[in-house]
Amino acid sequence: MLAYILRRMAGMVPTLLIISILIFFIIELPPGDYLSNQIDQLRAQGESASIAQLEFLRREFALDAPFWERYAVWVGLWPGPSGHLNGILQGNYGWSFEYSKPVDQVVSGTLLLTVVLNFATILFVYIVSFPIGIYSATRQYSWGDYGFTFLGYIGLATPNFLLGLILLFLMNEYFGVSIGGLMAPQFVGQPLSVDKMLSVLAHLVVPTIVIGTAGTAAMIRRLRANLLDELHRQYVTTARAKGLSERKVILKYPLRMALNPFIADIGNLIPSLVSGSVIVSVVLNLPTVGPVLLGALQSQDQYLAGFILLFVAVLTLIGMLVSDILLAMLDPRIRLGQETAS
Amino acid sequence: MRERERVDPFRNVEPLPDRFTDAAPFDPSDVERLTPEQERYFQASQWRIIWWRFRRHKIAVASLVVLALFYLCVPFAEPIAPYDPNGRNAEYLFAPPQMPRVLHEGGIRAPFVYPLTAELNLETLTWEYVEDRTDPRPIRFLCLGDAYTLWGVLSGRFHLICPPEGATMFFAGTDRLGRDVFSGLIHGARISLTVGLVGIAISIVLGMFFGGIAGYFGGIVDTLIMRLIEILRSLPELPLWMALSAALPVTWPPLWIYFGITIILGLLDWPGLARAVRSKLLSLREEDYAKAAVLMGASPKRIIGRHLLPGFSSHLIASATLSIPTMILGETALSFLNLGLQRPAISWGVLLNEAQNITVVTIYPWLMAPVIPIIIVVLAFNFLGDGLRDAADPYKA
Repeated sequence: MLAYILRRMAGMVPTLLIISILIFFIIELPPGDYLSNQIDQLRAQGESASIAQLEFLRREFALDAPFWERYAVWVGLWPGPSGHLNGILQGNYGWSFEYSKPVDQVVSGTLLLTVVLNFATILFVYIVSFPIGIYSATRQYSWGDYGFTFLGYIGLATPNFLLGLILLFLMNEYFGVSIGGLMAPQFVGQPLSVDKMLSVLAHLVVPTIVIGTAGTAAMIRRLRANLLDELHRQYVTTARAKGLSERKVILKYPLRMALNPFIADIGNLIPSLVSGSVIVSVVLNLPTVGPVLLGALQSQDQYLAGFILLFVAVLTLIGMLVSDILLAMLDPRIRLGQETAS
Repeated sequence: MRERERVDPFRNVEPLPDRFTDAAPFDPSDVERLTPEQERYFQASQWRIIWWRFRRHKIAVASLVVLALFYLCVPFAEPIAPYDPNGRNAEYLFAPPQMPRVLHEGGIRAPFVYPLTAELNLETLTWEYVEDRTDPRPIRFLCLGDAYTLWGVLSGRFHLICPPEGATMFFAGTDRLGRDVFSGLIHGARISLTVGLVGIAISIVLGMFFGGIAGYFGGIVDTLIMRLIEILRSLPELPLWMALSAALPVTWPPLWIYFGITIILGLLDWPGLARAVRSKLLSLREEDYAKAAVLMGASPKRIIGRHLLPGFSSHLIASATLSIPTMILGETALSFLNLGLQRPAISWGVLLNEAQNITVVTIYPWLMAPVIPIIIVVLAFNFLGDGLRDAADPYKA
């Protein structure tokens, strides 16, 4: 088991390398950089006093170096202008030009909530889709099954940010509750208290549902299909013929078989959940990395955007790692090093 | 060899006296006569069978019809929409939706609307709109209204429906500049509905190319491409879409931005298709008919084009249909976040951009109207894709 985990983690290194190159390439795509745009602007206004300072800053951040050197400095594989390794690997996440602060100070408050929100969403998807999937499969073509299938289609078709918008409107219209933000306005700036925690929790429920709906719908469909496949197998008939209780028949064998793709799938689902959390946070005004990323992209604050993109990607990779480890615990074939046929 | 085969081994055997032997030539198909339906089925082409199977899916067929109706808006948005979607009505800012009605004072009439009059509420300093319930104004059909230029060449004033004489007709209300939301929806279909098609075309080309070379060459090329696909699939799409479209220069004209966005959407979508192409190619390569073609000396081009491609093109179309909604939603999300298209270009996402602010939405909920066509179209594409996927493999069960 340990060997499997180590092997799996070693496999992440080249992936991370390629992802970081890709992300750095993307954030460098817009012509110029934050500082050179600033310099152009100042030049256009005829101010020359602060240009020299900005030019100095450009050199300081190695913005005039070639692409690969800038990348290596950013990651921390190459000594920066200061003369020693000082990049992401060393814990320096870069400088946010817009906030004039180190990136980690800008995002520090948002990272934890991002992780919590995504974790809660995954948990939500599991907890909701699992019983409903079993119910739908064991009572195929019942009214409940049709109802959940229909709800699932609606859930898949409604983009999560629109769902957020609609819920925001409905809650405000009919219950007079504002579900935007992290907590009710009266708690902002207040010291930590039970009421405040409750308010935060209440405000986290809606985003979790909004982000998780599409994923839940997909998982229900998948679990239902998997379980139905298994339920038609001969061993189930055998088990029934031998007089096992219906509950035992389902839980003991077919469910375990169907669980396998169910867990593997959550790995495929994580990227879209993380995607969803970014945009839903913007709509619901949650202090996660989503709104910060949007602002950073709009103002071309490249290191801030780059760090957030990298963070989101790493979060996804860790999620997939966890789902793979769970899968390995469940399925000895994977644990013992055989690739399952896809 | 030939000579020997023709010789009847029983030529010298006398028929047994107590058995009857028919001297008439034996027709093997006599054993199992095919009904005309079976005959028709066995002789039909693959695509014909797919169509027959698809037709059995009532929901999928209905979705196809719905989508066809929506797609009518793409070439004919101008004559269908009652107003110019960018035309401002300064007297009707944030006007509420006017319902088309047929009942007036207990009697049925031709479709009409009640005219709106705006009054300034001096206490709250907002415009309040009052319907004049005594004065039904009939909606005009097939009439002359706002001038437009169709496809950049035909100029005309002909509309399917027009507002009544001397009154307005905002089926879905107006926005902060008094622009008709309903006309915006019809014009927005043009971009929102084509973005998915162009994007999927790019994605299919990329997917077939990468999946094709991975499946055909195998070995190190296959490993590298599969690794790349794995990495791309593990990345959250939306943040990357956001970053890429933020990189599009703001100075670009809307048409360029449009193509830029479709390329961005297509660029990140191909891995799924490539993987499907590759695995299909790998399994089809082992089929007997493919081996037979190789043994008969067919060129790789002919084998791929003639024997392998038809085997998975139906699958490809089905899975492509299922990823069109992702692209439509992607464009909507980007435009909603101000990272995609902007006025004067109109898409459903651009329209939703007006609804970004929750206070605006609570007071003027009709600004969320684009949500309805988006959900309908996405649902329809999902049902259509499901139907196609079930029909795609006509020889299976």
